[in-house]
Amino acid sequence: MPHQTMGDYQTLNTLETFGFLPKFSQDEIYAQINYIIAQGWTPAIEHEHPSRSFDHYWTMWKLPFFGETNLGRVVEELEACRRSYPDHHIRLTGYDNYTQSQGSSFVVFEAR
Amino acid sequence: MSSKAYQAGVKDYREKYWTPDYVPLDTDLLACFKVTGQPEVPREEVAAAVAAESSTGTWSTVWSELLTDLEYYKGRAYRIEDVPGDSESFYAFVAYPIDLFEEGSVVNVLTSLVGNVFGFKALKHLRLEDIRFPIAYIKTCGGPPAGIQVERDRLNKYGRPMLGATIKPKLGLSAKNYGRAVYECLRGGLDLTKDDENVNSQPFMRWRDRFEFVAEAIMKAEQETGERKGHYLNVTSATPEEMYKRAEFAKEVGCPIIMHDFLTGGFTANTGLANWCRDNGMLLHIHRAMHAVIDRHPKHGIHFRVLAKCLRLSGGDHLHTGTVVGKLEGDRNSTLGFVDQLRESFVPEDRARGVFFDQDWGSLPGVFAVASGGIHVWHMPALVTIFGDDSVLQFGGGTQGHPWGNAAGAAANRVALEASVKARNEGREIEKEARDILTEAAQNSPELAVAMETWKEIKFEFETVDKLDVA
Repeated sequence: MPHQTMGDYQTLNTLETFGFLPKFSQDEIYAQINYIIAQGWTPAIEHEHPSRSFDHYWTMWKLPFFGETNLGRVVEELEACRRSYPDHHIRLTGYDNYTQSQGSSFVVFEAR
Repeated sequence: MSSKAYQAGVKDYREKYWTPDYVPLDTDLLACFKVTGQPEVPREEVAAAVAAESSTGTWSTVWSELLTDLEYYKGRAYRIEDVPGDSESFYAFVAYPIDLFEEGSVVNVLTSLVGNVFGFKALKHLRLEDIRFPIAYIKTCGGPPAGIQVERDRLNKYGRPMLGATIKPKLGLSAKNYGRAVYECLRGGLDLTKDDENVNSQPFMRWRDRFEFVAEAIMKAEQETGERKGHYLNVTSATPEEMYKRAEFAKEVGCPIIMHDFLTGGFTANTGLANWCRDNGMLLHIHRAMHAVIDRHPKHGIHFRVLAKCLRLSGGDHLHTGTVVGKLEGDRNSTLGFVDQLRESFVPEDRARGVFFDQDWGSLPGVFAVASGGIHVWHMPALVTIFGDDSVLQFGGGTQGHPWGNAAGAAANRVALEASVKARNEGREIEKEARDILTEAAQNSPELAVAMETWKEIKFEFETVDKLDVA
């Protein structure tokens, strides 16, 4: 490929899973929350200032929502967390107690 | 007690080792062999010979047999089955008492089960198809140093397969140029890169120089991307002493993962290295050079599902399994059969996947399945479907062959992977809708668009040589 038509790849600061996709629309966020609920995983919210986002532990927003299967309530908690910490990244995790791991985890809102 | 008298001579094996009424114990180690005997020899005699020669027996009666209780120690052929679609061969099932084997030693198990018996003249061919390890034996083995769950936590990778690449060209790069190739892949969005299996410590790139430059590449990529990264530093070497020296240095420079070739290096070296990794908080990637020599012939050798089970017992956090869709041999159902053996805590018998026994793995950690070899972005939706989240998808040429270079190639693969996972979670049939999903994703990723154009014609559609036995 001649160098005039070759693209330059700029390194991105990303936040792990789904970090390379465009920002999710509301419907796309809802679909991923529904997936977590449908797997039987426990939704949980964490938030952290971008300067500390490499840490393993982010601060938990309340406790994981054990037994929660209502999409709307998970969304309400995400919004409430964002109102309280607008300058933090906010991620949603689906805890899988069978594998004792996280079945899913992705950043829903990036810090403003 | 001793009512038997010693009689010298040669007896038919079946008198002692063919026991069709035997009900295997939960503690027995069970094996299924595909046997092709010489014509004219009865199946029961051949099966009994296999049981005898892989356990207590020898060709002649010996007096010292009467000093022990052979009824307790002997292997027993307890079942014979037809091989579907093959009149020449049959399956022989053999039960071995657990006390025939040293605890925690797959070396000892294999030395018995696939030792002298494979050269036995009464056999034309012999293939070890499957082993059922009793849970009592599994509890004596160390297994994976970390396992799937621990590795995910250390590397902070959730809800998707991990993405890797083997650094190319395989041989000949200087250490600094090699580290450059690693850095470019990692900054572009790969999670892990890998030494090629035959990169050890050759004159063009000594191991110590490689480790230092690669460590710098990882650190820099982590700082710039904000994500956790790794590179499998291959510590396979000529002697165990040298292997441990290299492993120590990999830890010293801060690399999270090292690599070993378990068949060319051997199970003894592998088990020792896995123990070292467990003690030192290091992950262990396992390559499988030489496996096709052992497992590809449908009538002779050892099926890879057995080698995979042995590796899980010996220890490794990743194991190459083939890709099903890429350039290397691998039947889909058969591959899924041994991928289960790596990752699940219980795998039921399933002949449609070549699984001959129920296998209880107890609390042994799981091993990531690694799909590597001749795969590119177009394969991504199929790979996510076949291998699921607990896998490492490795695109060597499919990353570094990108017209814009490694970083763009890495980004193309990462976008394709995340688009596939997202679509799967939304309930779409991603294998069927592959073209739509990738085309949509490429609208926001010029790197992916170029990759799709580059590899649109490449397919590897040859018949599989080793197929499952079906009528």
